[in-house]
Amino acid sequence: MSYADEQDWEVVIGLEIHTQLATQSKIFSGAATAYGAEPNTQACTVDLGFPGVLPVLNQEAVRMAVKFGCAIDAEIAPYSIFARKNYFYPDLPKGYQISQMDLPIVGKGHLDIEVDGESKRVGITRAHLEEDAGKSLHEDFHGLTGIDLNRAGTPLLEIVSEPDMRSAKEAVAYMRKLHELVRYLEISDGNMQEGSFRCDANVSVRPRGQQQFGTRTEIKNINSFRFIEKAINYEVERHIEILERGGKITQETRLYDSVKDETRSMRSKEEANDYRYFPDPDLLPVMIAPELLAEIKSQLPELPSSKKQRFKEQYQLDNESATILTSARELADFFETVVKLSACDAKICSNWITGELLGALNKASLEIAASPVSAERFAGLLQRIADNTISGKIAKQVFEAMWQSEESADAIIAAQGLQQITDMSAIEAIIDTIIADNPGQVEQYRSGKDKVFAFFVGQVMKQSQGKANPAEVNKMLKAKLQ
Amino acid sequence: MSLTSDDVAKIAHLARLGINTQDTEAYAKSLSGILDLIAQMNTINTDHITPMAHPLDQIQRLRPDQVTESNQREHFQAIAPQVAEGLYLVPKVIE
Repeated sequence: MSYADEQDWEVVIGLEIHTQLATQSKIFSGAATAYGAEPNTQACTVDLGFPGVLPVLNQEAVRMAVKFGCAIDAEIAPYSIFARKNYFYPDLPKGYQISQMDLPIVGKGHLDIEVDGESKRVGITRAHLEEDAGKSLHEDFHGLTGIDLNRAGTPLLEIVSEPDMRSAKEAVAYMRKLHELVRYLEISDGNMQEGSFRCDANVSVRPRGQQQFGTRTEIKNINSFRFIEKAINYEVERHIEILERGGKITQETRLYDSVKDETRSMRSKEEANDYRYFPDPDLLPVMIAPELLAEIKSQLPELPSSKKQRFKEQYQLDNESATILTSARELADFFETVVKLSACDAKICSNWITGELLGALNKASLEIAASPVSAERFAGLLQRIADNTISGKIAKQVFEAMWQSEESADAIIAAQGLQQITDMSAIEAIIDTIIADNPGQVEQYRSGKDKVFAFFVGQVMKQSQGKANPAEVNKMLKAKLQ
Repeated sequence: MSLTSDDVAKIAHLARLGINTQDTEAYAKSLSGILDLIAQMNTINTDHITPMAHPLDQIQRLRPDQVTESNQREHFQAIAPQVAEGLYLVPKVIE
């Protein structure tokens, strides 16, 4: 099948993203939410659905949801209610999930994404609070299923987008942007391996120009940026192939198999009203007082998009550098600390961070927060470039030594004798020797072969072991060779 | 509005209730009676009334985000039908 078929078809994608909120305790109980505990050691009577217990809502989960709503410029519901979503599965001991149906806490908002340099606004329909279910383990129990309820009751914010995305690429950009945002807001650790940030994608295609949406399928539980792109692309091709053969798409839930790179039917999707949602009589309506809303708004951190804009203006950075530096809050803070402490040109700081530092971190598979070289030490290095103590080339050598040790840049420069030669008479002596030793090249240069100049610079740098200031060398060489 | 035997069977399945087939008709009749009452209520104009989410005219109190529960796994699992390696065991549920 040719992918060119897509010329005739328009892809429509909407995403539902479940992000785990970074609270200490569960949404309706005082059990811990820490990841990786022994099975069922963090599941109390409320999480286990014992008779006679009552849920009590965690105020931090509410605050985090409101914080998110403010960040996407959404309407925050002054009055919001919880509902029971009824279904039977052993990892849901109560027989219902406490979620929100009517009157979710966060209403309509939006998020701007960037794809191939073009900006696009993606609508967010709603975001609501709900509890997570437990985990089912199907292996090793002689035909039985093992249930771990540690995750049951963990607070989730389900963020539902409008069907506004038109390619897998846009879907990935949206997912990345949302991931960046929840981490900026510090409402989720966004750890995808641990399931703190997972995505369901609703995918359909329609003939270009048609108003009405095609029948959609839902791909469940994708927890990586790479897989979402592949899963959507697979699904789009599958839809087009069926439709072009004159077939019909069945509305269903599918699972993505990353090993085989394909999606498979999971079960025919139950009708929405089969969940028999109704307001949970155990929970009263939640009111968000205007004072609380104002307080949360006033405490919002600078958001990625405005930070990026500010970086471009304040530091004269290009779009790419500004995008990289603001992709995580810790990285942006690192950059600003370095600029402030080093008194070095912001562009040089940016180049060094996005080049040397991120390169080294990437190689070592480390996040910026775990960088062996702190912002303070890094600034110390750039400061020595700015005041001409060392050249950029030598600085790379110093950086490598800093990566391996706890030493400051100054200590390494002093110990290894790497400071630039500032004594001009020493440089002059080197230059004089080189000119005397290479009469042929001098002749060539004087007869107009400018290229030979690089040879002289190279010789000086070699003899000075890279410690001569290149600008000074150039100046003096030119004068001497005249 | 009256429910059919099929409707009753579907509702019973959703609620995971086992019912005797000879009772289906009686259930259909009683449940239809409830729907009739709702149909009667639906004829009343409620445009100017805000839907009530809870019979108590109060607001949800919130709890500070603190871990207050300690590990009671041994107690809970003492009354579970089957456990292994800290997990509750149930009949296999893969579809």
